[in-house]
Amino acid sequence: MHCIKQGVVLGNGVVEEKMELVELEEHLQDVRETFKSGKTRSFSWRRRQLEGLLEFLHDKEKDIFKALKQDLGKHQVEAFRDEVGVLIKSVNFALSNLKKWMSPQKVHVPLSFFPASAEVLPEPLGVVLIFSSWNFPIGLALEPLIGAISAGNAMVLKTSELAPASSNLIANSIPMYLDNKAVKVIEGGQNVGEQLLEHKWDKIFFTGSERIGRIVMMKAAKHLTPVVLELGGKCPAIVDNLSNLRDRKVAVRRIVGGKWGPCCGQACIGIDYLLVEEKFAPILIDLLKSTIKRFYVDSDNISRIVNKQHFQRLCDLLNEPSVKSSIVFGGSSDYETLKVEPTILINPPLEALIMTEEIFGPLLIEFITERPKPLAIYAFTNDENLKQRIIAETSSGSITFNDTMIQYVCDGLPFGGVGLSGIGNYHGKFSFDAFSHGKAVLRRSFLIEFVCRLSCPPLWTSIEYSTTRSPSLRLLLRRRLHRDLTSSVMGDNVKEIKKEEEKPKTEPVAVVVESSPVLQPPEKPLPGDCCGSGCVRCVWDVYYEELEAYNKSLALVSSDAKKQ
Amino acid sequence: MEAVGKGVDSASERVEEIVGELRRSFTERRTVGYEWRVAQLKAILRMIEEREADFMAALYSDLSKPQMEAFLHEISLVRAACELLLKELKHWMKPQKVPTKITTFPSSACIVSEPLGVVLVISPWNYPFLLSLEPVIGAIAAGNAVVLKPSEVAPAMSALFAKVFPEYLDNSSIRVVEGGASETTVLLEQKWDKIFFTGNPKIGRIIMTAAAKNLTPVVLELGGKAPVVVDSNCDLKVAAKRIVVGKWGCNNGQACVSPDYIITTKSFALQLVNALKNTLEAFYGKDPLESKDLSRIVNSNHFERLTRLLDEVEVSDKVVHGGQRNKELLFIAPTLLLDPPLDSLIMQEEIFGPLLPILTVDKVEDSFDIINTGTKPLAAYLFTKNKKLQKKFVMTTSTGAILINDIALQIANPNLPFGGVGESGMGSYHGKFSFDAFSHKKGVLVRGFGGEARARYPPYTPMKQKLLRNLLNGSIVALILALMGWPWRE
Repeated sequence: MHCIKQGVVLGNGVVEEKMELVELEEHLQDVRETFKSGKTRSFSWRRRQLEGLLEFLHDKEKDIFKALKQDLGKHQVEAFRDEVGVLIKSVNFALSNLKKWMSPQKVHVPLSFFPASAEVLPEPLGVVLIFSSWNFPIGLALEPLIGAISAGNAMVLKTSELAPASSNLIANSIPMYLDNKAVKVIEGGQNVGEQLLEHKWDKIFFTGSERIGRIVMMKAAKHLTPVVLELGGKCPAIVDNLSNLRDRKVAVRRIVGGKWGPCCGQACIGIDYLLVEEKFAPILIDLLKSTIKRFYVDSDNISRIVNKQHFQRLCDLLNEPSVKSSIVFGGSSDYETLKVEPTILINPPLEALIMTEEIFGPLLIEFITERPKPLAIYAFTNDENLKQRIIAETSSGSITFNDTMIQYVCDGLPFGGVGLSGIGNYHGKFSFDAFSHGKAVLRRSFLIEFVCRLSCPPLWTSIEYSTTRSPSLRLLLRRRLHRDLTSSVMGDNVKEIKKEEEKPKTEPVAVVVESSPVLQPPEKPLPGDCCGSGCVRCVWDVYYEELEAYNKSLALVSSDAKKQ
Repeated sequence: MEAVGKGVDSASERVEEIVGELRRSFTERRTVGYEWRVAQLKAILRMIEEREADFMAALYSDLSKPQMEAFLHEISLVRAACELLLKELKHWMKPQKVPTKITTFPSSACIVSEPLGVVLVISPWNYPFLLSLEPVIGAIAAGNAVVLKPSEVAPAMSALFAKVFPEYLDNSSIRVVEGGASETTVLLEQKWDKIFFTGNPKIGRIIMTAAAKNLTPVVLELGGKAPVVVDSNCDLKVAAKRIVVGKWGCNNGQACVSPDYIITTKSFALQLVNALKNTLEAFYGKDPLESKDLSRIVNSNHFERLTRLLDEVEVSDKVVHGGQRNKELLFIAPTLLLDPPLDSLIMQEEIFGPLLPILTVDKVEDSFDIINTGTKPLAAYLFTKNKKLQKKFVMTTSTGAILINDIALQIANPNLPFGGVGESGMGSYHGKFSFDAFSHKKGVLVRGFGGEARARYPPYTPMKQKLLRNLLNGSIVALILALMGWPWRE
């Protein structure tokens, strides 16, 4: 069992806490050594871990549902839709693409480097730390884990203490399904989090609030650790005057599903406020009311607020007198079950802590751009012009037209914020990249020494600067740097190497070379010399051209010899 | 022109004013259009063309950089980068379509590259031209407003930038702020949308801590001890030439990618030292102090630091070549050291100067252990003809970049990302990577009002869960059912 039980902070005192810290150190030592051993780098290790995750999701599905019910009152359909199902999809996507992601990517090499090949090789960063949040305690814990595993890292996952049942489940079960020497789950509260941040990591992945995000980045700076911060922000949804009744209905259904569906609005990409034109507002509100009534007949279908503090915070928001007067629907709450009824407010004061506003037209874009950049912007509209304007003129992590939340399941799109909504992104290939370092690898051979010859110091003084300013010489310089290099620049070095390497050549060629040293067969490129990116003049093109020229002159020479 | 006054208060006011102006210009969307970006990039090309002599003179005054070196390593690289961006920009700015899965059917998705806003570029003194302009053109290409803070340690170049930028570039969106530590502190207090820093890890930490306050993403281009492994199975003559030019021909060792130390086998060390000696003599003459082809040490502080490294006990007697110095001219000759102790300062700190220690090991593979015990460097070099060894080197060492059989050339290939990992930095640039470093990749998903899967919505039923399960697994049947609005009863 590789989890650390959170000490009861008030009761058990200092001794137990110290024990914890010692244990923590041991765990960290463990993962570091595992990474050093290199076993996490292999394709088979990564695949095995991903399969382990799939198994976990499959075997423990019932337990996951139970834990989510306990922590957040999530209905199991919701739990499957937002967490388990999405995870299964992500693991499968990673499994089917892993080999492709891991392979080095060949890049084009400028001709002045000839002969050379270049590639970008993804390599694991090392030991990474992942902080998950409480609102999707399984989904947001395991989604980054998929990326970290695919990229071949060792990792420590710190689950959120605000979702204790899910945290417990992960801490107890994950070690049974994954390599517990390379993947550690650590439970605990603030002090454990702070302890972890004191250590040196190769990447920190954090999902949570802006305030903690700043602290995480500041701590990371001490060790120059790169961070991915997935924060939130007030996500607006713009609803255009939809003329078609069906469109309206669909839009409202998606809004209600997107606002109260995922964890009762406690999602980083949940809709925070609606922007509607004044005359359209009553129609929209009527539709919203009826849809809410139809959807949430049973309070079982809606999650509860995570804990008393958050419940209190929401009640305080609502109880502000100026806000209270703007409630047009709902507003009731139940302290016992921590459930808050879906509530609609209209035109609350902007300076109040909560807000909804009805503005539109040119003001709308200004309204959004004046505020901190949100993680997502939603817009329900059929107007192509408005779509283009929103794309071009607002800034946000992502934009979704005519739907809510589903950008999260789209593997091809990067998921992450900008500005105050976060740094870095993940999902699909982006997860792999977030936990990899793209190492540039350039290979040259000793064959042609020409950039170097040109730039070697004795030449520098022989070419006075005044002459480099003369157009003809500059042209020559640039030509020399950028021309496609053929046989003409083969310098002394090349000849030397050639003489060395001539020996194993076939008999007749060797004879010819000996008799006329001017005539030399072209050097055949080594298998690795071609970069494979389809250069206009490939190494092989050059070789075959030279070979042809060589054969021709060879024929000429031999016919001359015959005549003589 | 933008020179900030002496007092911190007035400096901070001035900086605030500049940033405010730039932010206004960005919100007015001046910098966003393709035309603006192209105009600025072309202006930079024109600036290089017309002021080349001034830039050369500034480089000579700051570092006595040979003109040929200045042309090859700074001016031509910036021009090539500019030309590449001008050629490719339109293509890179286009939204990139991405395939969508059955799960979100019917939909289309694309990734839009949008400018981040107002960015800060802090550049170092060793390549004051290249390392200032290369990030700046990346930021411009991505449509950002930029403040450049050139290093005060290269004063001539800094002053020149402050003078010529307003003459060529859009002054409302691209500015130069000159100054030292206090001005940098004032700059760091502002809110930026990205900070691009080239320099040492110590300042890198300060930059990132300051950035954290405003949740500003950073690119840190730092340095590190770049190792060169020389295998006995190599073309020694060519290797020696490339090492010498890569070490002393690049600003006399004062470059972030220049070789910091060599590792070779015990049996091969003597040959290597001799080859290096011969090459050095051929390139820089019998008395390197007389050579016009070497840059000088940037200032007396760095001169002191380097002599301290050299004069340490147990190090000073390891010098096998060079070691001459001239305090007045701030000049240190190319110096080779054989087997200085691993715990000496010269093997602990980044050298960043014309000293080159050579370590010897029994087997060439042992060098990998030495490299891996240190922090991750920006680059690692290997000279060998042995393909197996090349492969092993690439797989076992973690560095920003790996270059086989040459030195420092990786920076000239715009298709390779240039950037460090771990202690050598975070983030990368050059070519398309520069554009990406200064862009935000915004995911855009477009759905129609058709294709309404009721199964997503409450009230939840076991049937809906089953359908969702199949839908997320990519089942076509489930998709059709979902699109038809099944289950119909609500």
